[in-house]
Amino acid sequence: MTVQTMSALLSLVAIAALAAVFIHVRLQAHAARDYAPVQARAYRIRTVGFWVLLLVGLPISIYLLRVHPYAVAASPPQIVNVTANQWYWEFDPAEAATGTPVEFRVTSTDVNHNFGLYDQSGRLVAQTQAMPGYVNHLTHTFEAPGTYQVLCLEYCGLAHHGMIAEFTATQGEGQ
Amino acid sequence: MTEMAMAAGHDDTYDRGRLWVVLYLVTTGVVLLLMMLAGLVMRLAQSGWLALDPELFYQLMTVHGTGMVGIAAFGGAALMWHYVSAYIRLNSWVMGTNFALFVVGVAAILAADLIGGFGGAWTFLYPLPAISQSVWPAWAAELHLGGVLIVGIGFLLLCLEVGRGIIATYGGLSRGLGWHVLFLNAKDNVPPPAVVAATMVVIVDTLALVAAAAILVMSLVNLAFPAVEVDPLLAKNLIYFFGHTFINATIYMAVIAVYELLPAITGRPWKTTRPFLAAWTLSTVMVLVIFPHHLLMDFAMPRWAMVIGQVFSYINSFPVLIVTGLGALAILHRSGIRWNLVSTLLLISMFGWMAGVIPAVVDATIAVNSVMHNTMWVPGHFHFYLLLGLLPMIFAFMIHMARDEDVRAGGGDLTAILYLLFGLGFVAMFLAGGWASVPRRWAEHLAEWMIWDQIASVMAIGVIALTAVFVLIFLARVPRMLHPR
Repeated sequence: MTVQTMSALLSLVAIAALAAVFIHVRLQAHAARDYAPVQARAYRIRTVGFWVLLLVGLPISIYLLRVHPYAVAASPPQIVNVTANQWYWEFDPAEAATGTPVEFRVTSTDVNHNFGLYDQSGRLVAQTQAMPGYVNHLTHTFEAPGTYQVLCLEYCGLAHHGMIAEFTATQGEGQ
Repeated sequence: MTEMAMAAGHDDTYDRGRLWVVLYLVTTGVVLLLMMLAGLVMRLAQSGWLALDPELFYQLMTVHGTGMVGIAAFGGAALMWHYVSAYIRLNSWVMGTNFALFVVGVAAILAADLIGGFGGAWTFLYPLPAISQSVWPAWAAELHLGGVLIVGIGFLLLCLEVGRGIIATYGGLSRGLGWHVLFLNAKDNVPPPAVVAATMVVIVDTLALVAAAAILVMSLVNLAFPAVEVDPLLAKNLIYFFGHTFINATIYMAVIAVYELLPAITGRPWKTTRPFLAAWTLSTVMVLVIFPHHLLMDFAMPRWAMVIGQVFSYINSFPVLIVTGLGALAILHRSGIRWNLVSTLLLISMFGWMAGVIPAVVDATIAVNSVMHNTMWVPGHFHFYLLLGLLPMIFAFMIHMARDEDVRAGGGDLTAILYLLFGLGFVAMFLAGGWASVPRRWAEHLAEWMIWDQIASVMAIGVIALTAVFVLIFLARVPRMLHPR
């Protein structure tokens, strides 16, 4: 399951659960009761909710910090220099082998762009900003050979939507 | 209500303030509809149903984004002013000054974008305003940025006036946030929820607007003297600090309607408790520090900022979910109310705000942001809590005003339910587009993406029609509202 699908399902389930609570409150609102017991119950729920969010959610959030795209190998086996311009991409070289990490060194000659790497199914698999004056280091390992697409994901002017280029992943040795 | 509040509520200042509130809401309703139509045109173009020159698309995108942020703040400010002026004495000339500056600023922005052709988006990310490959002239960029600066100065004056009023009445902004109650367990001079929220807005918006002014002036200097360059990463930090804080503050202004109206409707008080105050203090700090979640794909940012962007964004959901959201549900639960348009809109607003937080927190997780950032997921989450959170609060306030502030008024709420359904459909298509990796801010979409755009366009028509109903209900009563009471 992709990160996108997991994120969408998690959001859908949480929003549906929240909607169920709201529908329940709406349907029960007509029945008048004293506020004190309702409020006391709400306070209990609030206390439980606080501790659940703190003791369950927070450790998960901290644990997920382990998954990030910022790590850069000291001597990456493959390096690709990426330069963004209004409105085209330059890759040096324009291909990389599967199976071993590729370090994309991404910069821009003019305005902010965003290097968005899409696989053959049209799914976004990695990205980083391309900024003038900065070089962002993105490490990615291609799993399958083929033609990948690079789309600009930071609005950069009139032909932003036309800033599409191809990048080739070749079969790596021993793959 | 305190004696001071009673006095403030019945003098000439308050009546003039009410006049400005009505004018603000009229402007909000009209501009909102126009901006929604601009949004619809963009979705139709992405659907392949409307041939639109990309240059015009990006101009409309700039107008839509800038206009929506501005008008959300404008409507929210009117709502906040209306309720807070019942507790503190405010000078209505500030509302008038902000109104005038807003009109001048908006005129400049419209001229820059639609006549000058500026299409640098609301984010005006440095150095895009100055580097467009001659798509727009420098004067258009200068006029747009100058217009935003003028609008910002107006809001800054308004924030300073509300802050002055809070300090004069409660003895300081810390007391406006209720720290004497929170930390010292004091029992006197307890600020009502509306004042606590307004204090938070004053603090965060003042800082946000100063940051905005700084980067706007830097960008203007760069436009006039290109040799004077700005660090692009510093510019980006300033812009997102401003944008993130300012748009969030619009909800913190508008939620005052929930604090004021739900108790009036149900007869159940919304008390200023210590957990409530702790939540608002937490929100004040968090809103200011979590903006790096917009910069998670800027690998040049320091790692600690990324950690804050992820973890603190999650913690920032606590106050919304378990204090304000749960508090609203508790007040409504088994309260014996009969649902009408105002109460249903308020219920929807709390759902929209709370539910919108969920995809926002998901996207603020670095592992997710790596494959969701700047896809349609992003407009998906912020449209969720603006379209279904903020706007229903403002609509509820408008209709409440149109009903002479009579909380007993009945009538049906079908239009609110339909608004919810169309709104859900609309934002779901943004989120689905994000799931499918569709980039945001693209004038032209690939054929395989258009299904999400087409469904969204149909839903948008429904949202706009229902918004027109709410606005017309309000506009029809404006002549009566302007009569002296």
